[in-house]
Amino acid sequence: MDVLLDGVLALCLPLLAWLVLRTESLSQAVVLFVAFGLLSALGWARLEAPDIALVESAVGTGLTGALLMHTLSWTEETPPDIRARGRRRPWALLAVAASTLMLGWAVLALPADSPGLGPLVEARREESGVKHPVTAVLLNFRGYDTLLEIAVLLVAALGARAVNPRSERPTPDAGDDPLTGELFRMMMPALLLVAGYLVWVGDHGPGGAFQAGAILAGGGVVALLTMRMGPPRLSSWQVRWALLTGPMLFIGVAVAPLFTGRRLLELPRPYAGTLIFVVELALTVTIAMVLLMFFPGTRPPRAGAEGEP
Amino acid sequence: MSPLDFLSAAFLFGGGAFCLAGTVGVLRFPDVYCRLHALTKVDNLGLGLVVVGLALQSGSWATALKLLLVWFFVLISSAFTCQLIARAALRGRGAAPWGGRREP
Repeated sequence: MDVLLDGVLALCLPLLAWLVLRTESLSQAVVLFVAFGLLSALGWARLEAPDIALVESAVGTGLTGALLMHTLSWTEETPPDIRARGRRRPWALLAVAASTLMLGWAVLALPADSPGLGPLVEARREESGVKHPVTAVLLNFRGYDTLLEIAVLLVAALGARAVNPRSERPTPDAGDDPLTGELFRMMMPALLLVAGYLVWVGDHGPGGAFQAGAILAGGGVVALLTMRMGPPRLSSWQVRWALLTGPMLFIGVAVAPLFTGRRLLELPRPYAGTLIFVVELALTVTIAMVLLMFFPGTRPPRAGAEGEP
Repeated sequence: MSPLDFLSAAFLFGGGAFCLAGTVGVLRFPDVYCRLHALTKVDNLGLGLVVVGLALQSGSWATALKLLLVWFFVLISSAFTCQLIARAALRGRGAAPWGGRREP
């Protein structure tokens, strides 16, 4: 049965990817992309990587799908120029074939039965302060990478705001719509609970700041789209604090050991678990805010273009 | 095969049948409102029966409860999405409901 499921996945994923690239209509491409993301999350789950499956379904599919859909409402849907695409095609085909060959060669060149770094992580996991190996690597053994990643996310949020400065303007309040209001009231407590649970469970199972932040940002997107909340403005103090708590706290935790004669990011063993939890909690808020910064506000109504709902 | 297995298989097959019928409906029904009707059948009954079938097999109350929660949240979101899409179709695009005539 497992072979059947994996086979269907292996067939459907390239087919969906091809359909996303091929389809003429932008909205269709977005829907197909979401389907592709969900199936690839299933693929990660089948590869026994539940952490990546969670991120893929929350960020790669949920938030990105919502962002793409939202962007469609800002753009005019025009069919792409088929002829121009055709002229580019031979080069694109060549480049894709070359990179596929290279990737395939790289995978085949890997030693077949190498255990990788798994045993090393497993042997030292006791010292990391957490029980889940992925969290141990992300927040302790390779904390440096995660720290830099957060910095990259901050820059990305600033970039998104620079590209679309219109989001800085306050949006007018929509009237209280019973349908979306009720949806918001029913979903919000559950989203907060799941986000909190994911941070807590990162200690001993799949979960952590990225997943929890994505869930929290999902709640923010619902609030944004139902116009319960304007897009977060960089000029507000709350937004700046939310963006900076995670990185500041992480930098503090990273630098503090230097004063006691240890090395950068060398977390003291008895407190490592608590420190990781606190840093992850702060990072959750930051990641949620960064992801929300990508969403522009609702599109300003154009005069006489189409009937307002 | 215990009686429990039979029961769970019956639920799973029933759920699968509803999913299939809903999908055919989405592909074949004439207008957006009819299609929404077919789609919500997949969410409510199809997923519900599958969840009950899986919960019978799960063997622990915690897992069964989690599965039921999945169904519960899909129910909420599908009920709201259905209304929102129908409203957008009616007010935004002014899609007229199918009058019941067979197209030539």
